[in-house]
Amino acid sequence: MIRARAVEKRYGDERVLRGIDLDVERGGFAVVTGANGSGKTTLLRLVVGLAQPTAGELEVGVPRGRLGFLAHEPLVYRELTALENLDLYGRLYRVPERRERIGMLLERFRLWEARRQRVGSFSRGMLQRLALCRAFLHEPDLYVLDEPFTALDAEGAEVLDRELAERRERGTFLVATHAPARFDSLATAQMALVR
Amino acid sequence: MSYLSDVAALARKDLRLELRARDTLPAMLLFVISTLVVFHFTLPQGGSRLAAFGLLWVALVFTALLGLTRCFAAEREGEVLDGLVLAPSDRSAIWLGKAIAMLVFLVAAEAVALPAFALFFDPGIDGRTLLGVALADLGICTVGTLLAGMAAASRARELLLPLLFLPLAIPIVIGGVGTSVAGGGRYVELLVLYDAIFAIICWASFEYVVTE
Amino acid sequence: MVAAVAMIAFFAPEDADQGLSQKIFYFHVPIALTAYACFGWGAWKALLHLWKRRPGADLESYVAVHQGVIFGALTLVTGSIWAKISWGVWWAWSSNQLVLFLVLFLFYAAYFMLRFSVEPGPRRANLSAVYALFGVALIPVSFLAIRLANDFIHPTVFTSHGPQMSGRMFATFCVSWAAMLLLVGTLYHVELAGKRLDSRLRELRELLA
Repeated sequence: MIRARAVEKRYGDERVLRGIDLDVERGGFAVVTGANGSGKTTLLRLVVGLAQPTAGELEVGVPRGRLGFLAHEPLVYRELTALENLDLYGRLYRVPERRERIGMLLERFRLWEARRQRVGSFSRGMLQRLALCRAFLHEPDLYVLDEPFTALDAEGAEVLDRELAERRERGTFLVATHAPARFDSLATAQMALVR
Repeated sequence: MSYLSDVAALARKDLRLELRARDTLPAMLLFVISTLVVFHFTLPQGGSRLAAFGLLWVALVFTALLGLTRCFAAEREGEVLDGLVLAPSDRSAIWLGKAIAMLVFLVAAEAVALPAFALFFDPGIDGRTLLGVALADLGICTVGTLLAGMAAASRARELLLPLLFLPLAIPIVIGGVGTSVAGGGRYVELLVLYDAIFAIICWASFEYVVTE
Repeated sequence: MVAAVAMIAFFAPEDADQGLSQKIFYFHVPIALTAYACFGWGAWKALLHLWKRRPGADLESYVAVHQGVIFGALTLVTGSIWAKISWGVWWAWSSNQLVLFLVLFLFYAAYFMLRFSVEPGPRRANLSAVYALFGVALIPVSFLAIRLANDFIHPTVFTSHGPQMSGRMFATFCVSWAAMLLLVGTLYHVELAGKRLDSRLRELRELLA
């Protein structure tokens, strides 16, 4: 599903990624590790299509609408409510039974009570959970998650664990993390990036 | 058609954001009134009709610029633009939705500015001027929104937008003042031509403004 | 190329019946046309970049726009000189061509401001390309607009069209224009080669690092 050969990404004069080879087959669960600044986020952005490689080949066998991306930022509007944000994304991603799906996700991620609150008032943990709702809303085929457990408390982490386990069969995963041990039971491949 | 519903959803989102934040529109209103007052003091006594209309158009263009500077502010705040760009919807829908919202703000500002102008200065606002303003608004919002998108991607942002916008605004201003002062279909034609050409270019090229 | 340009300087005086102002014409109009050609070429390369994703097209577009701005500035200077000689003023708003070039100069100067405020990379290339395309659309629209504008700003008109050209003058004009195009072609290739060398050097330095 993802195939990278000798991928390189340069920003101006700085080479962030060099000589990256990656193969993730359908149904696989790949974990990318590395210290801060090793290029994990950049690699994920390349896979998702937000950036183009400066050299090498990169093929991702999923159309844009079937990709679920969890970025470093939650990608939500601070001045809108959780419900409004998800409704917007639900429309853009043509999610069927939008309202039901949104309700269900908000409930699962324990955000139902806060659904009409301005996102700007959310705690970091709540933001992360909302971002996860956003990424999962359209039941993507390929999940690209950048440090998904960031800012989650024990309860949030438990919810995420459950969601990942449930979606494991139906999707392909590429996850960046600096705590790979969390994914031992799920991962089929691991790759380490060096600066 | 799903494209139009995307545009509608995005435009509604921008209008809702403004309703919550309530920063851009009041600023535009205050700015345009203040500018007109300043102009009263800069306009020499017994100034020509042309000069007064010229000042109206300067006020409108700079008020629009003020609004445009804030155009992508909400998206910049949380890198939200990435989220919109990743969606399967056409990227040009982002531009169109925003341009429509921008148009609403501009028209709202003009709903205050034009009566104020009629009050402060001699020449009346007639149908011709309104037509000119309407057509100019289309040009300003289409081109301005795209340029705001470009400026959002740069380091210089607020500095850059006026530099990009003003040369492109010159034909709009010429058309606008022309319809007010000289009447005649030719200025209207100019505005229509401008609007048509640049709307098409903006629509086709916004994709490239937000992607690599 | 330089020889061709020098030839103009000496060939042209043969037609100096109308005096010095005539000779400026042989420089001013070809320079202006060459500037248009540069902007057009820049837009073409920009289109290639966006549409066909041709590598290197962005650099070519940039160099073309750069040359266009240089020649545009020269157009303004030679135009100003001509205005001084013909009408006694350094600037004439009624000269459609001059005003058009002023607007274009401002527009393409902003191109550089845009380019230098974005990190080098595909994003910058895309933005520059879109802007370059806006430029060529602006040229005809601006021309029409300025011509209309002069109707209500300056009803009295100084014609800025060149005089009717006789056969010999036309020949000289064409030679001059050809020389200008050759000149810009040379400058273009020189600058492009220089920029490509820079980028190659940078790549090599990277590999060694």
